[in-house]
Amino acid sequence: MIESRELSKFYDNFLAVDGVTLDVPSGTVLALLGPNGAGKTTTVRMLTSILAPSSGSAKVAGFDVVRQPAQVRAHVGVLTEQHGLYERMKAVEYLDFFGRMYRLSAPERRKRSLDLMERFGLTFALDKQLGEYSKGMKQKLALVRAMLHNPPVLLLDEPTSAMDPQSAKQVRDAIIELQRDQRTFLLTTHNLTEAQQLADRIAIIRHGRIIANGTFDELAARFVGDPIMELKVSGELNGLVKDLSEMVQVEDSGRDWVRFRVSDPNVTNPAVLRRLHGLGIDVVTLSRLSQTLEDIYLQVVKEDESQEGRVGEHLR
Amino acid sequence: MSISAKLETGAGVAPALYERRTISETLSNALIVTRREVRDSFRDWRIIAPIVILTFMFPALAQFVASQFAGFVEDFGAQIIGERTIPFLLMIVGFFPISISLVIALETFVGEKERRSLEPLLSTPLTNTELYIGKTLAAMIPPLVSSYGGMAVYLLSLLGGELQWRPAALLVVQIILLTTVQALVMVTGAVVISSLTTSTRAANLLASFIIIPMTLIIQGESAIMFLAPDADSPNGIGALWAIVVGMLVVVMLLLRVGSSTFNREELLGRNLDALKPRAILRRLWGGIIGVDGKGTLPTSPIDWYRRGVGGALGRMRLSTRVTVGWFIAAALAGVIVGLLPQWQLNLPRDINLRDASGGIELFTGALFGGNPSLGIAWQNGRILLGAILLGMFSFGVGALILTPLTYVVLGYAAVQLIAAGYTPMLIVGALFPHGLIEIPVIVIATAAGLHLGAVVTRVPENSTVGAAWTQAFTDVIKLIIGVIIPGLLIAAVLEVYVTPLVVRAVIGA
Repeated sequence: MIESRELSKFYDNFLAVDGVTLDVPSGTVLALLGPNGAGKTTTVRMLTSILAPSSGSAKVAGFDVVRQPAQVRAHVGVLTEQHGLYERMKAVEYLDFFGRMYRLSAPERRKRSLDLMERFGLTFALDKQLGEYSKGMKQKLALVRAMLHNPPVLLLDEPTSAMDPQSAKQVRDAIIELQRDQRTFLLTTHNLTEAQQLADRIAIIRHGRIIANGTFDELAARFVGDPIMELKVSGELNGLVKDLSEMVQVEDSGRDWVRFRVSDPNVTNPAVLRRLHGLGIDVVTLSRLSQTLEDIYLQVVKEDESQEGRVGEHLR
Repeated sequence: MSISAKLETGAGVAPALYERRTISETLSNALIVTRREVRDSFRDWRIIAPIVILTFMFPALAQFVASQFAGFVEDFGAQIIGERTIPFLLMIVGFFPISISLVIALETFVGEKERRSLEPLLSTPLTNTELYIGKTLAAMIPPLVSSYGGMAVYLLSLLGGELQWRPAALLVVQIILLTTVQALVMVTGAVVISSLTTSTRAANLLASFIIIPMTLIIQGESAIMFLAPDADSPNGIGALWAIVVGMLVVVMLLLRVGSSTFNREELLGRNLDALKPRAILRRLWGGIIGVDGKGTLPTSPIDWYRRGVGGALGRMRLSTRVTVGWFIAAALAGVIVGLLPQWQLNLPRDINLRDASGGIELFTGALFGGNPSLGIAWQNGRILLGAILLGMFSFGVGALILTPLTYVVLGYAAVQLIAAGYTPMLIVGALFPHGLIEIPVIVIATAAGLHLGAVVTRVPENSTVGAAWTQAFTDVIKLIIGVIIPGLLIAAVLEVYVTPLVVRAVIGA
């Protein structure tokens, strides 16, 4: 649904996006993460046929972003960084205006608007001027606008920012529902928990380059290594850490706990437990420490920074 | 509640969006934007209040002033001043509301950029042209409605009032047309300004480039209205029509520039109005010494000439063709004028050219001083520089004013000489060999001025106005350094030292 090949964008002499290659199949959510100014918005704008790529190519919903810009925009729903609503309009007028631009018929515009407004709990505000909307309501209405023409591809920039937890959940549920119906999503967000929760694939962009791309498990294995287990025992560990280090890679330890890394927990953990049992040590808990997207993200950026430093030194 | 019911049936997108649009579809799409913007404008009291005042209250006030003034000046026997104030006030009543169009245009374009509401609009399938037309109409409709309404109120109050003034129909038509083209100039100018700025503050500052010329035009129109206001005066009518036509030309040019600048790339590619002199100079320098738009350095001076100067000439191909055509037309115009009996000089036929040939050096010496080669080169250089500068500030049109005059004169002079019985070889000898170099140099310089001014109205695909103009500017500098200056110097040396010999050989001196 979204395919880009070596997509690049220059602003004068500044390279904002550098050879971005992405593949987002139908019914997939891709989270595009990266620091501010990394090139996320420019990438999204190129995929929406708002900006022309300086080089490379991309197809969205089967349409070429350079040769078929109107078709691309007709098949894409975009939630921009700033909601950009017309504050003197009422919600119903606003959605009608955008519905007209997507050539929806009058009954269709009405029905879609009502359905979506109801879905996001905004029916009560249909006839309110948008200037009276709260921040979260505005964000939800912008999302309704993006979904109004029922596009197969949705490019959402910070979809739940400024929303209360309940509203954010409504939005996440809507994304999941649409994903099940084979909609394709590209989310750009700084909310890593949300990205981890929603995304099938994650791409990290820095200085315009994609520096990591894969599923959560692939990225975790590549950047933060094997899973880390935490073992807690009753009493003190004493010389146990040394014993364990023959079996596993110990990362850290305390008075009554030890953290170790295992490549195959299904095999190693029972062996560890048997060993402890043999030594007469009572195990209180053995649990897997959760690896978060934040860990992966920070590690990816750190590695890229150090690589950049090495290149810089080499050049000097 | 399902929110995704229609993907299987075509995603809810009408098939018309996939196809090439017809004119009526383009207009229909543009009107979607216009309707919204007009409705939005009429919800803003800051726009409504002046429109109401200028439509109803100001015309009534103008009618009162006109009748009072007419009565006052009549007491002093200056009835004509009173009579001519009435149509003048009609023009003013029409102009005041359209001045709001500038404010609305700046607001609708830059204001939307500033409020960040432009990007959702740019994400829709509407084309740049549709958005441009829609917004331009939206900026024009409320002020024009107010303007026409105000003029109607003023005319009706005059018809029904004590003056009982009956305007000439042609005058009313002229004022309506003037008002409309003035609104068009202001809106199309505002679109260009809006595309170049990211804040209303900057746009308002730059708006003086529209306000000042418009004020001067209004003053000119006012003078015409007082000097020759009615349909019985051919001068007045002619001058007002000339202003209408002139402003229509400006509108066309601004529309070209506007449609070049009002595109998604320009609107979202520019983030700040910051001036970075170093970066600009670096880019210009790179463009001048480089052999392409990316500033790739040449391998040798010959490479710079071949790829740098050659590339610049290649990019100006269309301008060069237009210039050559224009020069030929200018020479033909000179020939035609020269053939008209009332313009013929009837040169003496019995001049001894051999005796006169001694005057060539005297003539060039008197005109260009002790170093005639440099003098000729400097004189030609000034004119060519003037043509380039005129072109730069007039969308290229100005470049085609100065230099073709030479060809008009040449065509005219050739006809006069031949008519007087002199050999055509005299003309050929006097033009060559320096003309072999000078004429192409003049063509190149004129084409450069045309290209530099016109590039903003015809931006190449996948380029921005800024990038295209920078490229054109560096191309022109390359041509000045690499072709025009050396060409003019060589031509001047030939003109001083070789051409006289050829002329003498032709006349057998």
